[in-house]
Amino acid sequence: VDGVTQRRTNRRKAPGRTGAEGKRQGKKTANMDVDEDEEGEQDETPNKRRGANVRKPTKKHGGGDEDEYDSEDKAPRRTRRAAVSKKKRGRPQDSDEEDSEVEKGKKGKKGAVKKGGKEEEGSMGKKGNAKGKDKGKDKDNDKKKKKKDESSSDSRSDSDEEEESMSEGEMARLMEEVEEKKKLIANIRNKPWRMKRRLTHLKEAQQFVDKFEGALGKGKGRKWYAYKVMMTKVLMGLPYGSIPRKTVPRAEQATAQDYSVLMDFNVIQNHFKGLTHSLTSFSISINFLGYCKYSVLFYGYYNDQRTIGFLQFRLPLSYLMVGIGTFGYSLMVVIRTMAKNADVGGGDGEDGEFTFAWKMFTSWDYLIGNAETADNKYASITTSFKESIVDEQENQKDENIHLRRFLRVLANFLITCSLGGSGYLIYFVVKRSQEFATRNDLSWYEKNELEIIMSLLGLVCPPLFETIAELEDYHPRIALKWQLGRIFALFLGNLYTFLFALFDEVNTKLEEEQAIKNASQLAMNEYYSNYSRLVNETGATPPPMDPADVIRGPCWETAVGIEFVKLTVSDIQVTYLTILIGDFARAVIVRFLNYCWCWDLEAGFPSYAEFDISGNVLGLVFNQGMIWMGAFYAPGLVGINVLRLLSSMYYQCWAVMATNVPHERVFKASKSNNFYMGLLLLILFLSLLPVVYTIMTLPPSFDCGPFSGKPKMFDVIMETIEMDLPAFMGTLFSYAANPGLIIPAVLLMVLAIYYLNSVSKAYQHSNIELKKKMQMAREEEKNRRNNTDSTNQVMKDLEDLLPNRSLIPPTPPSEPGETLVPEAKPTKSKPRSAGKGINLQKDVALASPNPNARGPVNRPPGPRGPGGTADPGRGHRRGPPLS
Amino acid sequence: MGNKQTTFTAQQLFYRYRDLAPQLVPLDYTNHPDVKLPYELIGSMPELKDNPFRQRIAEVFSEDGQGNMTLDDFLDMFSVLSEMAPRDLKAYYAFKIYDFNNDDFICKSDLEKTLNKLTRNGLTEDEVRMVCEKVIDEADLDNDGRLSLDDFQHMIVRAPEFLRLLYVILLNQKYIYLQIVDAF
Repeated sequence: VDGVTQRRTNRRKAPGRTGAEGKRQGKKTANMDVDEDEEGEQDETPNKRRGANVRKPTKKHGGGDEDEYDSEDKAPRRTRRAAVSKKKRGRPQDSDEEDSEVEKGKKGKKGAVKKGGKEEEGSMGKKGNAKGKDKGKDKDNDKKKKKKDESSSDSRSDSDEEEESMSEGEMARLMEEVEEKKKLIANIRNKPWRMKRRLTHLKEAQQFVDKFEGALGKGKGRKWYAYKVMMTKVLMGLPYGSIPRKTVPRAEQATAQDYSVLMDFNVIQNHFKGLTHSLTSFSISINFLGYCKYSVLFYGYYNDQRTIGFLQFRLPLSYLMVGIGTFGYSLMVVIRTMAKNADVGGGDGEDGEFTFAWKMFTSWDYLIGNAETADNKYASITTSFKESIVDEQENQKDENIHLRRFLRVLANFLITCSLGGSGYLIYFVVKRSQEFATRNDLSWYEKNELEIIMSLLGLVCPPLFETIAELEDYHPRIALKWQLGRIFALFLGNLYTFLFALFDEVNTKLEEEQAIKNASQLAMNEYYSNYSRLVNETGATPPPMDPADVIRGPCWETAVGIEFVKLTVSDIQVTYLTILIGDFARAVIVRFLNYCWCWDLEAGFPSYAEFDISGNVLGLVFNQGMIWMGAFYAPGLVGINVLRLLSSMYYQCWAVMATNVPHERVFKASKSNNFYMGLLLLILFLSLLPVVYTIMTLPPSFDCGPFSGKPKMFDVIMETIEMDLPAFMGTLFSYAANPGLIIPAVLLMVLAIYYLNSVSKAYQHSNIELKKKMQMAREEEKNRRNNTDSTNQVMKDLEDLLPNRSLIPPTPPSEPGETLVPEAKPTKSKPRSAGKGINLQKDVALASPNPNARGPVNRPPGPRGPGGTADPGRGHRRGPPLS
Repeated sequence: MGNKQTTFTAQQLFYRYRDLAPQLVPLDYTNHPDVKLPYELIGSMPELKDNPFRQRIAEVFSEDGQGNMTLDDFLDMFSVLSEMAPRDLKAYYAFKIYDFNNDDFICKSDLEKTLNKLTRNGLTEDEVRMVCEKVIDEADLDNDGRLSLDDFQHMIVRAPEFLRLLYVILLNQKYIYLQIVDAF
């Protein structure tokens, strides 16, 4: 058995050594991957015998020099021998051991490996054969014997004996060691070593593991595989604890599109079902939208047929359900996202502790590979530092609070004024447009006055607000929030004014409609009475009238839908034009006029446009609100919006790349997205209001839309309950609609909200408490460290006197011990940082005994270099070759 | 192996290394030619050329401490700079990089150098002093007026941006960095 295993281990050695060479060749040839290594191994295997034989030449050559492989070979024997005495104390300090191994390896190995490798290659051809003959004789003997017999003949015989009589305890110890080595292999990527050192170390460890796993009767194929994997890991940076790349897209845009897609999908369903219904008339084209007014885009397209087709699709019911369901779904998504964000935000809430340190050490993005970006990054880092400095200074002093307060009040007053003014302007314009509606001789401007004014307000007001906000002198982050809030208020105010004006219009339309309805009913009655009078028959057919000629009501729902579509379209136009002119044209001018201008246009006054992130996000939010509001009356709006979002993504992406520079100050309005999500939620609620109000109160048009003829839109539900559901369901619903049930339900909900709210408050409170505790613990630890450092000398001395320490021969604490400390830290730091203060003393204590603990390091696994002065076993062994 | 697309292979790296100076680097590495590329070449790689710490990086990873790199050093560097390198390793090398005077501590002069490199001397002396004081105040756990590796690691592994620290991808084409990501 022994012979076999020995052979195996020798064979192992060849690939092990040639691994590195194979690697280099691999680079040259083609594939540097594992397969290459394998190939390398295949190529080398014929040489394996020689590889083993070569050992001799190298040994001779390396005589005084320490040969790594040599000591490796001896390792098992030495282990067994020396270990008995040494192992016991050495065991617990394996990491140190490894490190000291490394330390020595660095000295001894660097030369040795290179030399050894080269010499081997050189001598392989010549000496290999000759030696092979010698070896051939001993073949039936141990391989090991063969190798050793020349160099260390004295130790040969007894070592062989030892090998044969491997006791149980030794086996166990060996196993342990093998495990240790395996651990080293597994962790090699964690060691802050040079590549060369890593390779040699890995090689050694691997050899050791192979050898002794073989000796312990374990398979080697698996090992080889592990080795390959290891190598590739070392070289290619394969997963250690695979850090996921930050690929999760930001919620804002995606979700916005999601809703849209969903709505669009449902709407399309409606469209398919609605196709059976033929359009009554294309002939009338009154205004702006003309044909579109009667397309699937708008409410009026859908008719009131209760069920459609074989499957009895209930168009009116599904129209209402989709309209309301969209809101419900959106609400759910927004709230869930917010909850998730709050989770994430709470996770790394340890802010304020290392503000400056983090800024200092982690603010540079190593991914930057472009000079312009680097410039921007420098600027943004500088400003962020300045900002933090200002923060810090503001924490310390606060001067002339009265003036500042006055200025802030003034600024808010000014902004309220401009908000009110813009609101009134819009109201005025809407009123005017209603007057215009009765006239036919309108210019293009007069037709689109409202949209133009609204877009202009959206363009002019934000910069105005920003200017006014200068007065307030808030911290930039707070200022940004104010600014966003104000713009939001502006948009929302405008939208709502617009909406109220629209309601006025709707009311007039309703009156008009009533008149038309009466008139047409009158006409119909007249017609029928005439018909029955003339024909003397009651079953009258409808009047032979072309549907296009029928007098039709104004259909206010479609009118509302049209307004929203117009608003959206003009918003798109304004946005795109702004980008084209404000960004692109400016960039072109700045770029090309710069060649012939008095001052530097790029760095000076006009410069390039900045990409205003928060403004753009706000635009998206607002846009989404408009869609929510308008989608019920103009289902096609969703489709338009999807197109808009898609195109504007590419368009703005181009604009940002080509014409914009990053914002000088990039502030996050909040750490999580919850500021924007909150705005989204608010606007969702606010856009839900008018829609639900109209659904619940206003009577639908009598001659258009899926709800025509019903007194209220939601009557569709009643109708369905009555006609399609079994009778008991109807009674069930009537109970559910009973105020006696609803009021307790509302009360219950209020109570639940109250309860949850107080629970969350309590959690928040305990959170803050815990944070405080952590802070205190940190301070305490700091203090303790401080104290221990100064007063701990006594403790250290005491520790040195501890019994187990005193057993160790007091070798002079040499320098290696010191150099060890930084090496050992990376692996140790984790438990320590978790363990806090108490560990500190241990660490200190561990650091000093290190030099003493070097003995164990020289045990077999370490194909150690020279200079193991503290090692009696080694000295003994090394003696002969050295002398 | 499996995830070649997310990381780079040693082969790729070898070609990158060779491309820096085809006349110096042989294709055949069987005999371990003793080739070193001077810092000027290493520092001009697109991955590093805009990095304020490029010289330090090269110095830390090169065996001679001058920034002249052998192939092994080069592989070493990019294995640490890869996405997959373990956190502790990154933290260790980050410490090395910021430790300009190689005394195993980040002291005030190191911090000042770091800060001046980061801001291109954009801060006044007072501001620099204040920031350095704040950094030491925040991160120095043992109150010795300088940051040891322990202090540094304790601080750095908690940083939210830590994952991006020392993470360089191989640039095959122009990599455009947008700050949009930062906005949220």
